Amino acid sequence: MDRRTIENQTDMSATGYYTYFVTFILLVAGLFIVVARGNLIKKLVGLGIFQTSVYLLYIGPAKLIGGTAPILATEWQVYSNPLPHVLILTAIVVGVATLALGLALVVRIREAYDSIEEEDILAADLHADQLAHAQVTATHPQQSNRGSA
Amino acid sequence: MTNDLILRIVARLLIPFILLFALYVQFHGDFGPGGGFQAGVIFAAGIIFHALIFGLSDARRVIPDRLIETMMAIGVLLYAGIGVGGMILGGNFLDYFVLDADSIHGQHRGIFWVELGVALTVCGVMLKIFYMFAARGSADD
Amino acid sequence: MDSLIILSLLLMMLVTVVLIIRSRNLFGVIVLGGVYSFLMATVLFALDAVDVAMTEASVGAGISTVLMLGALYLCRSEESKPLHQPWLALGISIALAAGLMFGMVGLPVFSDPNAAIHQQVVPRYLNDMPKEIDLPNVVTAVLASYRGYDTLGETTVVFTAGVGVIALLRRRRKGSGDDQ
Repeated sequence: MDRRTIENQTDMSATGYYTYFVTFILLVAGLFIVVARGNLIKKLVGLGIFQTSVYLLYIGPAKLIGGTAPILATEWQVYSNPLPHVLILTAIVVGVATLALGLALVVRIREAYDSIEEEDILAADLHADQLAHAQVTATHPQQSNRGSA
Repeated sequence: MTNDLILRIVARLLIPFILLFALYVQFHGDFGPGGGFQAGVIFAAGIIFHALIFGLSDARRVIPDRLIETMMAIGVLLYAGIGVGGMILGGNFLDYFVLDADSIHGQHRGIFWVELGVALTVCGVMLKIFYMFAARGSADD
Repeated sequence: MDSLIILSLLLMMLVTVVLIIRSRNLFGVIVLGGVYSFLMATVLFALDAVDVAMTEASVGAGISTVLMLGALYLCRSEESKPLHQPWLALGISIALAAGLMFGMVGLPVFSDPNAAIHQQVVPRYLNDMPKEIDLPNVVTAVLASYRGYDTLGETTVVFTAGVGVIALLRRRRKGSGDDQ
């Protein structure tokens, strides 16, 4: 018994791709937040938006208009594709695991640097590097011709 | 922690239903939407709600850290154990049809225990992460 | 009608994302992230992905928001004004979006029953599942039985995340009553 019969209801024009339009705009927006904003928590929110748009990318093609959710019942013959649902279930849970680890790192960074802005952290690291280098050249003057930081 | 009467009464009324709903989602995952992940997260959300209203130390008294860490490990062990059980009973790793004389019942049995393992791990991990974040703030100077 | 609902929800999600980009108040950003996750769960439900919608609503809109608010409480900050305009990042993002939309024509058209993803394995899952497993929920059957190995890996990933957070946030102060 083939459960895949459906009348021809496909959208063959550009409107058949509208879910992809929004998916790619969301994806690029998430990527922009990660790259262009310096606050670490906001970067993590942007990463979440990026991941969520990828869920849409998978689940969009799985839908069949006129079908139903993939729970077998005697009244329905056409079902949405269950395989992307399974893959995205895994992806969602892995996404929250990554988010939790990222947030734990942000908390430790805040305690170490007293800031969660990327520029402040890089400046503090640079400053610490320069101080360490200055200390080395002060105690060992013969190594001072190694170039500065 | 709050002395607000409405919040405490509403929490006392809602939390049993949240936990019951989590169990419903777990056991009816075969017949409708649901399964181990959703059930574990909803159960953890109920306990987090309790911690938000009644205080972290009270939640720690109800669900201690040892229990949560045990839950985390037992879930993964249960899942892998069902897999190894399939191997012991004659099939390959994670074969469920060997778990019973009737292969369909074997599949049901395997799926039941596997989903339970998943729910235990997910619930334990979500609760543990929340406890660690919440305790970090109060232990700060 | 389906498509209209999905389209309006997707447009609301675009508006939410623009607000997230523009806002500098981190509490507002996190709450908007929760709103975005709820809208995504509704879109997923409109796309007939009921299991995924339930997971996204509980995990994405529930637990993620709680954990981020917990981390924000520990960090106590606002986003500071960016020092330079992100024109390069914006240009690269737009170029990337254009490139992706150019490649979009290779993807399956919305609701096309002859698309490649509906052939091969999935008819076997849908047709043979009543004979082999006999559960109404196909997603649970595929997740726990046909693709059980992936789910074991995923459970291990969640466990590893828990262990990682314990390792990162454990306290070892002498004299502190709570040594977790």
